[in-house]
Amino acid sequence: MIPASVHYHRARDLTEALELRQAYGDQLRPLAGGQSLLPALKLRRDRVDTLLDLGRVTELSYVAYRDDHLAVGALTRYHRLLDDPLVDRHAPLLAMAAAAVGDRQVRHLGTVGGALAQADPAADVPLALVALNAVVVLRSATGVRQVPVAELAVAPGVTVCRPDELVTEVRVPLPGPARWRYLTFARPALEWSLVAVAVADSRVALAGMGPTIRRAYGVESALAQGAGVAVAAARADEGCDPPDDARASVAYRRHLSRVLVARALTDPGTTVEEPR
Amino acid sequence: MSIDARPGTTTVAVSATVNGRPESRRVPARTLLVHLLREEFGLTAATVGCDTSSCGACTVLFDGRSVKSCTLLAAQADGADIRTAEGLADGDRLHPVQEAFREHHALQCGFCTPGMVLAVVSLLAENPGPLTEHDVRHALKGNLCRCTGYHNIVRAVLALDGARQAG
Ligand SMILES: Cc1cc2nc3c(=O)[nH]c(=O)nc-3n(C[C@H](O)[C@H](O)[C@H](O)COP(=O)(O)OP(=O)(O)OC[C@H]3O[C@@H](n4cnc5c(N)ncnc54)[C@H](O)[C@@H]3O)c2cc1C
Ligand code: FES
Ligand code: FES
Repeated sequence: MIPASVHYHRARDLTEALELRQAYGDQLRPLAGGQSLLPALKLRRDRVDTLLDLGRVTELSYVAYRDDHLAVGALTRYHRLLDDPLVDRHAPLLAMAAAAVGDRQVRHLGTVGGALAQADPAADVPLALVALNAVVVLRSATGVRQVPVAELAVAPGVTVCRPDELVTEVRVPLPGPARWRYLTFARPALEWSLVAVAVADSRVALAGMGPTIRRAYGVESALAQGAGVAVAAARADEGCDPPDDARASVAYRRHLSRVLVARALTDPGTTVEEPR
Repeated sequence: MSIDARPGTTTVAVSATVNGRPESRRVPARTLLVHLLREEFGLTAATVGCDTSSCGACTVLFDGRSVKSCTLLAAQADGADIRTAEGLADGDRLHPVQEAFREHHALQCGFCTPGMVLAVVSLLAENPGPLTEHDVRHALKGNLCRCTGYHNIVRAVLALDGARQAG
C-alpha cells in the first residue's frame, strides 16, 4: 500500500512553514512524525493535496524550563520525553504517558504536536497534558494564541487549530503536581488503551471515554466534597459518551473507567506504570 | 511565490547515507522508505510484513534509532543516516547482535530477523541496562515473530546485555 499521489514540500524553517500555511491553508497538510498521517494516507482513509514536511523545523524540538512552566516544542519526539532530565524532574507524568505510546519505533518518530493535532480520544500524551492543565501555543504568520489542551480537540481528529496555524509548543504549568498517577488498560498485542486515566493532584482525566479526552468532573467534585475513593470513582463515567466498537462495548468501557479511577486514586503517590 | 501556484513537487530528491555510503535518488513524493531501500537500492533485508506499522519486519535505523520504514516517506529520510541489516556486519565478521542471534538460535524462518536485530541494536545503544527479561520483551513489542521464536530472541538479548554489564 502506498499513499495516493501527493505534492510534497519540505519547510526550511518555522517562518517559511507559517508563510505557506498563511498562503495555502487547508491545501497543505503538516507532516510531523507521520505516525498517524502515513497509516491514514496508505489506507486511503485520508487524502492530502500537498504535504508540508516539518522535519527540518528543528527549532521546534526542545524541552525548556521557564520558571512557571515547562515548555515542550511541538516537534519534540516521544522518546525525548523518556530521556529528558527536565521532564523527569518537573513532569514525570508526561514521561509515563509517552512510555505507554505504541512501541519504540513509533516513539522514535511520533511528536507531541502531532499527537495534539491528531486529536485522538485515546491518545496518551494529550491525556497527561489535560490532567496537567497544560496550554497549547498556536502560531500563525500574523499572531500567536494559547488554548488549554482540554479545549484543543472538539471531535476525533478535529481541533480548533486553524488552517493558517501550527501547533508550536505546549506549556505545562509549574510547580507540577505533588501526586500523580497514569494507568491504562489495553490488550497487550500492540493496541491503544481502551481506557486510560491520568491523575494530577485534584485533577482526573480520562481517555477513550468519549469523542475527546475529558476531565472526570464528577470524580473531582466528589473528592472536593470529601467523598471516599469508592464513592468518587463510581462517578468516573458521569457525562461520558464512550464508543461502542469491535474492541469494547459501552458498558465495558464505563466499568473500566470506574475500576481504573478507583485504582488510580487508591495509590496516587506512586509513579508505577501499569505494565503493558 | 504566487498564491495560485501549487507548492511542492510530485517528485523529491532524496540524499541519505545508506549503510555508510552516500546515496541519491529522485523518487515520487509518495514513495515509502522501505520501497526506496528495496527497489532502488536493492537492499531487501527490510521486509514488508503487515504494511500497517504493526509487525516491525521493515525496521531500519534512522539516525541510529529504530523506525518502521513502511511508515516513513523516503523524502523524510533526506539528510539522514540510514542503516539496514546489510550494513551491520564488518566484512565476514558478524555484528555482535547477529552473532548472538546465531549463537542462541534466535531465528527460524528469518522473515522477522533483520528488523528484530536492528530493533535490538537500537535498544542496546539507547538503554545502558542492566535489562530484565520484562524490559526486553516490552522493548521488542513493535516486532512480531510469526514463528513465535521469542524465547530465544529474548535469551540472545539478555546474553548481550549480561556480557556488557560484566565489562
Ligand atoms: C503502530 C502505532 C501504534 C500507536 N500507538 C499509540 C498509543 O498507544 N498511544 C498513542 O497515544 N498514540 C499511538 N500512536 C499514534 C502516535 O502517537 C502518533 O505519532 C501521533 O498520534 C501523531 O504524531 P506524529 O508526529 O506522528 O504526527 P503526524 O502523523 O505527522 O500528524 C498527525 C496529524 O497532525 C497534524 N500535525 C502534525 N504536526 C502538527 C503541528 N505542529 N501543527 C498542526 N498540525 C500538525 C498533521 O497534519 C496530521 O493531520 C500509534 C501509532 C502507530 C503507528
Ligand atoms: S511492514 Fe512495516 S511494520 Fe509491518
Ligand atoms: S523467525 Fe520466522 S517470523 Fe520470526
